[in-house]
Amino acid sequence: MGGYFSEIFYGSKSLLIGMGITFREFFKPTVTVQYPYQTLKMTARYRGHIELLADEEGNPKCVACGMCQRACPSGCISLDSVSVDVEVDGKAKKKKVLSKYDLDFTKCSLCGQCVESCNFGAIDFSKEYNLASTRKEDFHFNLLQRLKRSEEKNT
Amino acid sequence: MSAPIQLRPDETFLLNVGPQHPATHGVLRVKMQMDGEYIVKAETVLGYVHRMHEKMGENRTYAQYLPNLSRLDYLGALGYTHGHVLAIERAAGIEVPERAEYIRAITVELNRVASHLFWFGAFVMDLGGFSPLMYAIQDREHILDMLEAVTGARLTYCYYRFGGLYNDVDDDFIEAAKRFIPRMRKSLKKYDALVTGNIIFQKRLEDIAPVSAEMCRKYGATGPVARGSGINFDVRKNEPYSVYPEFDFEVPVYHECDSMARYKVRMDEMEQSLRIIEQGLEKLPGGPIMTEKKPKNIKLPVGDFYQAVETARGSFGIRIVSDGDKNAYRLKLRSPTYSNMHLFDEACEGMLIMDALAFMGSLDLVIPEMDR
Repeated sequence: MGGYFSEIFYGSKSLLIGMGITFREFFKPTVTVQYPYQTLKMTARYRGHIELLADEEGNPKCVACGMCQRACPSGCISLDSVSVDVEVDGKAKKKKVLSKYDLDFTKCSLCGQCVESCNFGAIDFSKEYNLASTRKEDFHFNLLQRLKRSEEKNT
Repeated sequence: MSAPIQLRPDETFLLNVGPQHPATHGVLRVKMQMDGEYIVKAETVLGYVHRMHEKMGENRTYAQYLPNLSRLDYLGALGYTHGHVLAIERAAGIEVPERAEYIRAITVELNRVASHLFWFGAFVMDLGGFSPLMYAIQDREHILDMLEAVTGARLTYCYYRFGGLYNDVDDDFIEAAKRFIPRMRKSLKKYDALVTGNIIFQKRLEDIAPVSAEMCRKYGATGPVARGSGINFDVRKNEPYSVYPEFDFEVPVYHECDSMARYKVRMDEMEQSLRIIEQGLEKLPGGPIMTEKKPKNIKLPVGDFYQAVETARGSFGIRIVSDGDKNAYRLKLRSPTYSNMHLFDEACEGMLIMDALAFMGSLDLVIPEMDR
């Protein structure tokens, strides 16, 4: 019988201790962020989808070697190049110029193998995370076009 | 008018739990043959999120397989990637700088605490307490922020590379980790008072769902499930890898075999992980984070390689059979929850259904990890 009452006593005590802890939480500062109205800054290493980088003249740094395409585990990068005649130091030369750089973001697992494999520093992660759509096509990015658009915005 | 239902004491009915059920924490289905509130027989059905990770390992190069490993267990992803890189490094004979190994150990332990925190919250929520989940998530958020700043991702990290790391940690991370340890210790005390001491919690777990050491051995259960049944086995101690022999930590073992024992093992493990992080931060050597000769296009020698690591859920093993090519001939992943879950069918016979769901919570199941 004594065990019965002591259990009631210790049981109610344990519940009161618990309630005390939850009660104290009322007076603690709010830790949540009201998302659409407030946003957090992404960290420097945040890995968004990839983005082409431009050199000083505004052209893509990419030399269309295709290393990223081969490194990608999911096969979400497809690129193409055209041969263009350019004049280097007074001599006519053929140069590969990037003509297409498509990213199928629906397949991308954001592992970063493409950025690591690039020997020219031509691609980097974007900081974009507000990506939501009901259509698949919205995630087929034409990165070359995106680069041109952002360059136009800058100039 | 229909005839009144004739109840027969020997009559049982089939109850289908899942595949979409909040108590199963994922797409696990359990077919339960019930006699009233008691389970006569239970059968777990797997395969709803099978993604052929093992087959993918055979079709991709070793480096391309890196992101897959973090998709196994979304709560403690770093432990799994650690196993993979260790296996490849040992097979290919790649030396890893000491700093890289220390950072690996620190981040893995942080991830283990994050995983246990989420399990703690979800487990208490299974039993009907909601606020501990919120507190646990708040603490976990600190870890995720720290890991995000270092690895660039919050859940599916792809941080380790063969021969080192992707990125070095900065002073901010070390400061944040140092600040986090006392904070977490304070929180653990809070959880102890709020949950472990709670009479309802104790009554629902003590002497419930006994899993004997014998049964653990039979099904190959590892991790906190086995340690809650008195089996002192931790891969970090028994088959030391990485820099774990350098750390002073204990392996919590409880002999009660009930759900409470499994709960206590995990709660104690968090404290031990904090100890490892503390020592790791103290001992963290300088130097490079990548081997001098960064390996490219890894080809393993012909042979059979196995590496086990202790993840948050138990012993995770990766077996690679190589025929000398760029990708594995056969790749087998031994996931801990797959074995741990198979206890469930046998152990819950004759159990009340609400006890069985509490028992399932105490096994810490992550469905994508056992379905792979």
